[in-house]
Amino acid sequence: MEQVAVLAARAGREPAARAAREAAARPMVDKRTTAEAATALVRDGDHVAVGGTLYSRTPMALVFALLRHRRRHLTVSRPLACYEIELFLATGALDRIVTSWVGIGLPWGLAPIFRHYVERGAARYDEWSHLAMGLRYKAGAMGVPFLPSLTMLGSDLARTLDLQPVDCPYTGERLAAVPALNPEVALIHAHRADMFGNVQVDGYQHMDTDIARAARTVIVSAEEIVSPAEIAATPAATMLPHFAVDAVVPAPHGAYPHECYGLYGPDFDHFDAYVAAAKEHGLAAALRYVEKNVDGHADFAGFVAAAGADRLAALAADARELMPQ
Amino acid sequence: MSDVTAEELMAITASRLLADHKVVFAGVGMPLLASAVARRTSAPHLTIVLEGGIIGTSLLPGKLPISTNEMRAAYGAQMLTDITDIFLYAQRGFFDYGFLGAAQVDMYGNINTSVIGRMERPRVRLPGSGGANDIISLCKEVLIVTQHEPRRFVERVDFITSPGYLSGGDSRARAGLIRGRLGAVVTDLALLDFEPASRRMRLRGLQAGVTVGQVREQTGFDLLISDDIEELSPPSAEELTIYRELHEGPAAEEAPVPAEAGDQVTAGPA
Repeated sequence: MEQVAVLAARAGREPAARAAREAAARPMVDKRTTAEAATALVRDGDHVAVGGTLYSRTPMALVFALLRHRRRHLTVSRPLACYEIELFLATGALDRIVTSWVGIGLPWGLAPIFRHYVERGAARYDEWSHLAMGLRYKAGAMGVPFLPSLTMLGSDLARTLDLQPVDCPYTGERLAAVPALNPEVALIHAHRADMFGNVQVDGYQHMDTDIARAARTVIVSAEEIVSPAEIAATPAATMLPHFAVDAVVPAPHGAYPHECYGLYGPDFDHFDAYVAAAKEHGLAAALRYVEKNVDGHADFAGFVAAAGADRLAALAADARELMPQ
Repeated sequence: MSDVTAEELMAITASRLLADHKVVFAGVGMPLLASAVARRTSAPHLTIVLEGGIIGTSLLPGKLPISTNEMRAAYGAQMLTDITDIFLYAQRGFFDYGFLGAAQVDMYGNINTSVIGRMERPRVRLPGSGGANDIISLCKEVLIVTQHEPRRFVERVDFITSPGYLSGGDSRARAGLIRGRLGAVVTDLALLDFEPASRRMRLRGLQAGVTVGQVREQTGFDLLISDDIEELSPPSAEELTIYRELHEGPAAEEAPVPAEAGDQVTAGPA
């Protein structure tokens, strides 16, 4: 179990996340900034929740900026984690992973750097079920300390996490009390946002809405910055209101080499190259990846440009083929 | 037809267990393939649900998804929602089948996808539960498909990531898992179920040409044997063609909803 949340709850300090939200200013101002400036808000020791899932709509421009800052002792949570976790581990940024699954994708096998750290006890992996992760963020988003669920009962996951049961006061039914998670910072990538931070996504939503609402500071990168009028033209597509967003980062191809629904598919050749190197050279390969792809460019746009126009066009065509006609 | 691979055999055998007009919550890989085959053969009104928040996907032949959270997984879908929501549909009781693979499964159907060795200092740290723990806890009937090898079929799993019948008898219910039952385990050698009183794994059927002895040899625990063991019919030419087209194309594109679905909806499920 995440000791911080438990102890805070027992000491009656759980509303801290609520107090932080109440106290935060909510000015309707132009929040546009760079990925580097926005991720400077992340401090050593923070819990950073990374939006998207596995290799879908990962906020890669923000992840790369955070890698550049070389923070220490971070906890990173995600619905399902991909190789960005390995980059955080290799650069010494990460102490703890909170998720339900860490890999790259079935064809690539087990994640070698992740194994290296976790099997030696150099990093901790708190493994929750997928729904439990969702309920943790949802409880955080709802402003309650836990949510009851019928999942995780009887498993060794519940035992190792010291997940507490709760009996329903009305029926006596036994449930798992899944504790709230209120990350210090949420990183989210979206299809579009206006300068105030009204945010829209297309396609599946992953856990992003709950992650953002649970967090104390929310950084959103967007493929496109649109006018407030354009947001207001399709208000039902807005997933986050401006007052829940602290920074807006313009980031075309901001999830590359992961996919962004309807816009571009994942770049599996890029994954292949990373995994082949990591399997052969271990840690050194992950560090070289960061040197070349993160530190080797002035900004994320440079990394995207290095992929080449032809490759980006092919990934866009992949996405179009899969969209409803 | 050329030789049938173990994967083809498992997916096709498993596909026959899925009835028409049901909803299946499928994991990626073999469960998704088996569900997609069923939808193109005996269960055209099967609704496939994936944990990425995808309802009613139809898949593009030759472009199968690797992850349940990618555009290829959503091809032809009827609805996209968020991840937590899809699991809450399961908790509410909408999903007839939960369909999983397994790195390691024991005599009570407990699944381990977390660690080989001890959790504190694992010999191998596996990726983890993903949605498997939730699927096995919340769906009405759970199906497991995996290759039949002693290292997979172990007496006790190293770690219960996803709870089956725990230590047998009524231990699953006593743990609070009042939803869901384990239906069948499909392998390249056999079809198995769980004996109702002890909840121990039991041999029910054999793949064509396989003997009870062979199954015992590939199982790392003492298997119960049913009194009436059926011989499973081998994959038909039609099933193999459908499976292979799904894998490789040609992209004979399927309409997201079967042509006759409208009639069936008004007539009610068969």
